Amino acid sequence: MVKPATQVKKLEVRDLSIRYGDEIALHSADFDVYENEIFGIIGPANSGKTSFLRAINRMNEMTPGMNVTGMVKFDGIDVKSWRDVYALRSRIGVVFPLPVGLPLSIYDNVALSPRLSGVKSKSELDDIVERCLTRAALFDEVKDRLDSLGSLLSGGQQQRLTIARALSQSPELLLLDEFSIAVDPVTTMRIEDVLKELKKEVTIVLVSNLVAQARRLADRTAFFLGGELVEVGETEELFRGNVQDSRTTDYLEGRFG
Amino acid sequence: MTSTKVELAHRASANAAALYRGRAWWVDRVAQGVVFLGGLSAIVFILSIFIFVAKEGLGFMVADLNIKEFLTSPEWRPTEDSPTYGILALMAGTASVTGLAMLIAVPFSLGAAIYIGEFATGKTREVLKVLVELLAAIPSVVWGFIGLSIMNPLIMELFDVPVGLNVLNAGVILGLMAAPIMTTIAEDALKAVPDSYREAAEALGATRWQVIFKVVLPSAKKGLVAAILLGVGRGFGETMAVLMATGHAINLPTSPFDSVCAMTATIAAELGETAQGSPHYQVLFAIGISLFLITFVINMAADVFVRGGLRMRSKKA
Ligand SMILES: Nc1ncnc2c1ncn2[C@@H]1O[C@H](COP(=O)(O)OP(=O)(O)O)[C@@H](O)[C@H]1O
Ligand SMILES: [Mg+2]
Repeated sequence: MVKPATQVKKLEVRDLSIRYGDEIALHSADFDVYENEIFGIIGPANSGKTSFLRAINRMNEMTPGMNVTGMVKFDGIDVKSWRDVYALRSRIGVVFPLPVGLPLSIYDNVALSPRLSGVKSKSELDDIVERCLTRAALFDEVKDRLDSLGSLLSGGQQQRLTIARALSQSPELLLLDEFSIAVDPVTTMRIEDVLKELKKEVTIVLVSNLVAQARRLADRTAFFLGGELVEVGETEELFRGNVQDSRTTDYLEGRFG
Repeated sequence: MTSTKVELAHRASANAAALYRGRAWWVDRVAQGVVFLGGLSAIVFILSIFIFVAKEGLGFMVADLNIKEFLTSPEWRPTEDSPTYGILALMAGTASVTGLAMLIAVPFSLGAAIYIGEFATGKTREVLKVLVELLAAIPSVVWGFIGLSIMNPLIMELFDVPVGLNVLNAGVILGLMAAPIMTTIAEDALKAVPDSYREAAEALGATRWQVIFKVVLPSAKKGLVAAILLGVGRGFGETMAVLMATGHAINLPTSPFDSVCAMTATIAAELGETAQGSPHYQVLFAIGISLFLITFVINMAADVFVRGGLRMRSKKA
């Protein structure tokens, strides 16, 4: 894979630890995510991947008992020092493992975030909705029924709707958490193509349950295991066996996890 | 050789299984039957009540009652020599009291439900829920008593009016009565909204209030309308507290300080004094039928509103 064009740091993770009560979910992680790269995170279940994503946009504040120490810098500023957490979140798009089509119309699903941030003009909203649905490869399928319920779409369509909704806030950073878990293979491939396109404009952190998906998409990949960041490296190098820790190769080759 | 034998035996038992009805099948059948009987009995009870009321009042309504006078005249004089049966004042009494009650109960109960469902956590939440349920269990005669002995003098003093038994009194009492059960139903509706909706909205940068107003309340719309309807139904149907707090005087109310007379209270107060089968007796049943029709129409309207809601919204979009 090509090296990221720029080496501007979008995220700087420093000595980041995440605990739930006494249980440790991520232990002292250190790494950077560069602008306009797809940064893959792989690892078996309960490795702390989701917890890491939640620490970035401070979703931990909604989870009682979740405690984050160390720091994540977003554009060079510690996310904890953002006074307005809502402004922080509106610059970061999130796609959850299970699609969440809000029980609003398809149009309103995508227009929700722009409306929240004060966009009122109908033509402007129309533009945003069409653009985001198109970029999420969904527009052609739903353009004749934008007013029907988003929660009635199929799983794969809802996941693309979720992506369109995440794009509607023009995020600089897109966090995807095992987006393909409830999506058929064809739709998965379409979304992967979308992500490759999007990379030109946004930085993407892709948590994936599929090692092969990380290989297809990620420029660099981090391997999490049981709350430990085992290593970070160029994806292709890791797959070639240039690893610092033999457990990485074991996982990539399916010997555990 | 042996393996073919085993296979054949297997196949034979599989064939036998196709003809045999196991225990699970029978249990399933019996359960179906019981549930069906349960559903059927509900329908039978409702139908027989309806038939009884219709038998007592409907014939009279169609044959002898002057429907125009019934609905448009405020003169309710059932015991005079030439009686007039106008229920306009009674309907106005019921409507004004229920309307005022909803004006009080809807914001209170929705506010309480939002607080309990979306903000309160842990102990606070549990305690509040128990308290609300306790409030819902207060019998209506106790509320009537509060209306008579606490609200009555309070209103007379605060507003300097000669009587404190009026629309205001009954509306407040009825509002307080209806609010707890409305809160419980509304809170259930909010709880039924999956957390993933809230999380998705918060991830978009929505504030707490935006999450509630843009996502949670619209998602819970059906349940919330049901909660309000339950309150309206309670208002229309409530008898004892209303009888005690309205002053029970026939009036077309023009201010909250007018005493009024509600449809239900009229039936309760007068039915015992009428001879069974007399015109007065029958016209009271006609009032019952009207109450039933009004409630039915309100329910239908709400149903149409809930269903049509999305279509209207999307036209805008
Ligand atoms: N809300 C929570 N409360 C308590 N423990 C949690 C919570 N969420 C996750 N955990 C724990 O944190 C660890 C990491 O979980 P998670 O970040 O979801 O891992 P992954 O996404 O890699 O599967 C797990 O051991 C899990 O049990
Ligand atoms: Mg996870």
